[in-house]
Amino acid sequence: MRKTSSILIAGVLIIGTWACTSPDKSGDSSADTKEAVSSHPLGQASYSDDVSEANILQVAIGSEAHTTLVAGVQATKIEHVLVNAGPLTVFAPTNDAFDLLPEGTLENLLKDENLPTLSNIIQNHAAPGSFDIEGLKKEARKGRKIYMATGSYLEVVVDGDVITVGGAKILGTVSASNGIVHVVDKLILPE
Amino acid sequence: MKTLTVVGFSAVLLFAISCGQSNSDSTNGALGGNLAERTYVAPGEHDDFYAFVSGGFSGQLAVYGLPSGRLFKVIPVYSVDAEKAYGFNEETKPMLNTSFGEIPWDDSHHPDMSQTNGEIDGRWVFINANNTPRIARISLSSFETEEIIELPNSAGNHSSSFVTENTEYIVAGTRFSVPIPQRDMPIDEYKGNFKGAISFISVDQESGRFDLSFQLKMPGFDYDLAHPGRGPSHGWMFFSTYNTEESHTLMEVNASQNDKDYIAAINWKKAEELIAAGEFETVPSEYAHNVWDESTQMTTSTMKKEVRMIDVSKYPGLVYFLPTPKSPHGCDVDPTGEYIIGSGKLSASLTAHSFTKMIDAIENEKFDGEAYGIPILNYDDVVAGVVKQAGLGPLHTEFDGEGNAYTTFFISSELVKWKVGTWEVLDRAPTYYSVGHLMIPGGNSRKPFGKYAVALNKITKDRYLPTGPELSQSAQLYDISGDKMELLLDFPTVGEPHYAAGAPADLIKPNQLKLYKLEENNHPYAVKSEKETKVTREGNQVHIYMSTIRSHFAPDNIEGIQVGDEVFWHVTNLEQDYDVPHGISMIGAQTSELLIMPGQTETFKWFPKKEGVWPFYCTDFCSALHQEMQGYVRVSPKGSDVPLKWSLDGE
Repeated sequence: MRKTSSILIAGVLIIGTWACTSPDKSGDSSADTKEAVSSHPLGQASYSDDVSEANILQVAIGSEAHTTLVAGVQATKIEHVLVNAGPLTVFAPTNDAFDLLPEGTLENLLKDENLPTLSNIIQNHAAPGSFDIEGLKKEARKGRKIYMATGSYLEVVVDGDVITVGGAKILGTVSASNGIVHVVDKLILPE
Repeated sequence: MKTLTVVGFSAVLLFAISCGQSNSDSTNGALGGNLAERTYVAPGEHDDFYAFVSGGFSGQLAVYGLPSGRLFKVIPVYSVDAEKAYGFNEETKPMLNTSFGEIPWDDSHHPDMSQTNGEIDGRWVFINANNTPRIARISLSSFETEEIIELPNSAGNHSSSFVTENTEYIVAGTRFSVPIPQRDMPIDEYKGNFKGAISFISVDQESGRFDLSFQLKMPGFDYDLAHPGRGPSHGWMFFSTYNTEESHTLMEVNASQNDKDYIAAINWKKAEELIAAGEFETVPSEYAHNVWDESTQMTTSTMKKEVRMIDVSKYPGLVYFLPTPKSPHGCDVDPTGEYIIGSGKLSASLTAHSFTKMIDAIENEKFDGEAYGIPILNYDDVVAGVVKQAGLGPLHTEFDGEGNAYTTFFISSELVKWKVGTWEVLDRAPTYYSVGHLMIPGGNSRKPFGKYAVALNKITKDRYLPTGPELSQSAQLYDISGDKMELLLDFPTVGEPHYAAGAPADLIKPNQLKLYKLEENNHPYAVKSEKETKVTREGNQVHIYMSTIRSHFAPDNIEGIQVGDEVFWHVTNLEQDYDVPHGISMIGAQTSELLIMPGQTETFKWFPKKEGVWPFYCTDFCSALHQEMQGYVRVSPKGSDVPLKWSLDGE
């Protein structure tokens, strides 16, 4: 008895659903909804405009010397981190820096099962806070270390005109809307 | 078992019926069909229309999306707004200046949008202040109030702020007639001595800047609402009047004695000719004109001393009266410009006057007397038709661009759709409750966008979760694209949603200002980099030139401030990134926070009263290190020798 009534109610629901979805307008709308769910697939990174200064991700994408880094960021799906309000300081290894890795290392890191490791490596190049060149020199002068997104602390060493962070040499600096990008000559691997 | 089957079967039938596309019964609400999805805007998607809904007694203008009914912003216009520092920071305080001094509030009623060739163009929205008569201009690029002009000789600035078809003028009529110029005189000598001023404010087509071009001195009636002519009737302005009895007390009885009052038809092109010919008197008048400058980000308030005025009784051909039954309230012109609809609020019917017939009656002098030298046109010679027994308490009419009109009925709480030209009633829909104005996007133009109508209701009662004696007032969205009006949505509003203006989103979205360019910031106390930050002292006046960027203030340690100082905090947001404002406030500051957009400079004043070391902090959650965005000020006794110094990270 109880079972039968359940079946009947289920029948009502099915018929009711059919009745409600049959008009054309409903069909269009459900298509809209699917589209809406994927309208911002990269989170904040889906947004850009023509008046704001470039953010860190946009700076990296615009640099021919950073295609490997950008590929890593995209593979690990951390674009939104680099467009966040921040502020962030990113030490951005060049393609040449990645080439210094032992043969096959990068290909291995880009495998699905190793993406968390790659993500951790990339995030070891990002520090909360905005440190321009003067800021880095001040860190060195005051003996302060830079706290990275992975939790490690990096030492800044100033030797004449050469500044190194975690052993990587700064080759150039670009200011971004949400922080600073320092181009570096090698990777800064987590401890 | 058998019983259950029957119940189940009935349920199927009921469900099938209620899910159909039938438009016959909209009161079933969202359960009745696909109403919910017709107002649903998916996450991350945009509404199709902007609605600019007046805040009534809140003095502000609220921005909603249609069809979702979502509130996006409340633009402060006539009332101070601590959230946005409007009327609190040094830059916007002068915006609320009047000939009576600074006024922190008003009652804003009728937004109307700029037009080009009779179509809304998305440049500006204008809104009136009723109580202390003013007109404001709001940029639809920055969504900020950029200008407010006071109207002298006006009182209860109600038949305002209506825009002519190329935004030549914002037209604003007085509700209350008063002595012009104001003087001390017995109230019971009103009749014949009090006059009504109608103001024509010209608009610079590039900058939008106002100029009170001239005023018309009209008979001492009450001027209620207005609309411009368009197309063939461009150059005319139509005003509804009541209290043609010229009473001054117990108006609910004494102003309802005449069977007909008038719609005043004003030929403003002729008024322009009179002004050009020097046919006006210059009347001493005091009024404030307040302008915000985007370059300096400061407001300048100028007190003006005189206005050009034309006494309409001296110039035949300038104004005609169209008799209209029973204290007309709404005065609406259809998109073709041919029909002027008068809604006698004590009548059950609507009166449609014909512009063509009006011109014919003027040319052939079909007059039925005169009032103060103004010809009264013969009613039967100007009426085109009457919408008979349409409802109770007609107030306002808007149009859909398909030849249909929609009128609100306050007493019978309904929208009534009728056909322009045949005057037959086509449909009616209840409102919940007691609707005042309605808004169809582009409704006051040659080209309405007749997909939705928004009813702006006065009474809420049980429509929402109760919130004590005071309830938010309610708007209701109707789909008017079919033969039958369908109620889609209720949404609560800010203050009183007195009237509204609407526009397709695509008309406004492309022109959005996203940030202020730092290099174009000419604020006298702006800094362009942290290197320019400083603190200066002249006597007891201290100026702090401060900057913000994620996530610190520069400077963030200040010493050498003394009890009794007057401290100006000029804070520039150095960010050049969309949607990264910073805020600031100081403990004990007797004013609001600042909320500073990228590239902008704002100033607040602080009077240190107690010795000690006092913190300040960022009030807008700006970044991951927002909570670290803070600083200290050391306050020493008056006359202390602690030197003035400032620093960030000790440098």
